[in-house]
Amino acid sequence: MRTSFGERMLDLIVSGFLWGIRILIVSVIVIGTIGTLRTGQYTSEQWIDFVVFGVAQGSIYALIALGYTMVYGILRMINFAHGDIFMTGAFGAYFIATWLTNTGFVDANPVLGLLIPILFAMGIAAAIAMLVERIAYRPLRGAPRLVPLISAIGASFFLEYAFRGFFGPGKYAYPPIKALEGSWEIFGIGILKVQIVVTIAAFIMMAILYFIVMFTKVGKAMRAVSENKDTAALMGIDVNRIIVSTFALGAAMAGAAGVLFSLVYRQIDFFMGFTPGIKAFTAAVLGGIGNIPGAMVGGLVLGVFESIGPSLFLEGLGITRPYQLKDAIAYTMLVMILLFRPSGILGERLTTKKA
Amino acid sequence: MSMLTVENAHTYYGNIHALKGINITIEKGEIVTLIGGNGAGKTTTLRTISGLLKPREGDITYEDESLLKYKAHEIVYKGISMVPEGRGVFARLTVTENLEMGAYSLSNKQDMGNNMERVFNLFPRLKERRSQLAGTLSGGEQQMLATGRALMADPRLLLMDEPSMGLAPVLVELIFETIEQINKTGVTILLVEQNALMALSIAHRGYVLQTGEIVISDTAQNLKDNPTVQKAYLGME
Ligand SMILES: Nc1ncnc2c1ncn2[C@@H]1O[C@H](COP(=O)(O)OP(=O)(O)O)[C@@H](O)[C@H]1O
Ligand SMILES: [Mg+2]
Repeated sequence: MRTSFGERMLDLIVSGFLWGIRILIVSVIVIGTIGTLRTGQYTSEQWIDFVVFGVAQGSIYALIALGYTMVYGILRMINFAHGDIFMTGAFGAYFIATWLTNTGFVDANPVLGLLIPILFAMGIAAAIAMLVERIAYRPLRGAPRLVPLISAIGASFFLEYAFRGFFGPGKYAYPPIKALEGSWEIFGIGILKVQIVVTIAAFIMMAILYFIVMFTKVGKAMRAVSENKDTAALMGIDVNRIIVSTFALGAAMAGAAGVLFSLVYRQIDFFMGFTPGIKAFTAAVLGGIGNIPGAMVGGLVLGVFESIGPSLFLEGLGITRPYQLKDAIAYTMLVMILLFRPSGILGERLTTKKA
Repeated sequence: MSMLTVENAHTYYGNIHALKGINITIEKGEIVTLIGGNGAGKTTTLRTISGLLKPREGDITYEDESLLKYKAHEIVYKGISMVPEGRGVFARLTVTENLEMGAYSLSNKQDMGNNMERVFNLFPRLKERRSQLAGTLSGGEQQMLATGRALMADPRLLLMDEPSMGLAPVLVELIFETIEQINKTGVTILLVEQNALMALSIAHRGYVLQTGEIVISDTAQNLKDNPTVQKAYLGME
């Protein structure tokens, strides 16, 4: 088919514009990085610090991202209430953690003092996610794709304002675990204990999830359902039950992430799920939405990028308060991925089936 | 009492009237074939029996019980398995995992192991490729996998939707031999085919479906000799 001159000009302008953006991003990063490194204002210990913090933060994003990616894999739907599920987990943990701290239990048993709130948060988050699925998503299955998306946004607002209604708009101080205060010396570098524990806990959770998805009967059924629901039903798989299990598993990870996040930031409120939710969504897209290892890698990459980015390339550009732009890095990354590689790092190209 | 009776089944896709009151009976131990051109309603018939679609009117009786009150995944537990059109293997699961999914309805791990051995004996190729992703198999291998996967559930009635589709003649030969072999182990088979000649060569009885209606029902031999069938489906003048 012949294309008109106008169409060709338009194509040229669009691709020129996209290349312009690419070049701009690369030059911002390169020039900024050179600028920062020339001043030498950060020691290598500080850089390691940034990376460690990024990994801790990124492992939390990764845990949340798993829920987005699993639900997308099975329903081709973005569960926009997932960030709020994370928040409900943190709230659930807050009450039990406060009680356990006040009774002196956490000081006496720091391991259980960490574990019990995590399990509790996982349970609460899973239960709420199952309710959301049942009430807000299942009745809309088979409807055009926009409909469940709107319902998800509604569910997100509902959860936020229900929690605001119950617990007020203020912030609650999440009780710290004394045993996690201070830092450990590792290879001569002091690293905050809480960051090490958060990272390890998140990696353990991810390993558990990976094991479930790859090796258990329900996990294999999840993968089968995500490929083809009708064929899965022909195997005797109760598709609805597997979908609910997927929501519950993803939510349990988000609930656990809620506790880890609260241990790092020490405060919670009804709106706390919003930003980490978008970040984790970015991580899921970055890794290739629907791809489980991708979500884990995407979370870590985003966490590290966000953590070193401001000092590495924004400061070198002469931006005075680069940390204020930390969130902008994540959002810029999201737009860039969607523009240039919508299938993400590990994802295959979007096919008509997936898109 | 027949093993399966489809009685006056009407199935719709929205407003499209795909099955217009079809009647089919299958006796235990038979191979029954359902032949018909593209869009005749063959797949719809199988999906209606397996519960993926529900007829708006009519009834389906299997072993003296109506199937209409059961969902697709529950019907598998009754002993009906299906090999879907276009194989429908889970491409991103390994061969072994696909077979494990076929055995989803079994409660006993031991049975699953035994059935897998049986499937591997039937299709040694699958054993060689057991840790490969199903999506990397050839068309013939995928058909073997889809068939083996359906057998994993120990079905008494096996529904097969165009197993010969897109396969080289040698492979078609092999698949049909295997179908006869499966039937000899006591599995009743409802075989949907466009390759009418092959289907009628192994079936006991057959039905001809045309735009949602059964137009002829007879023994396989009589169908082969029927001039209308010869002309329309066997490519003879
Ligand atoms: N998902 C669907 N939506 C609407 N119409 C369909 C659908 N599937 C099949 N049909 C229609 O139903 C009729 C029977 O289709 P099908 O059972 O697939 O035929 P066959 O398997 O014999 O080729 C055809 O007219 C087809 O167009
Ligand atoms: Mg068909």
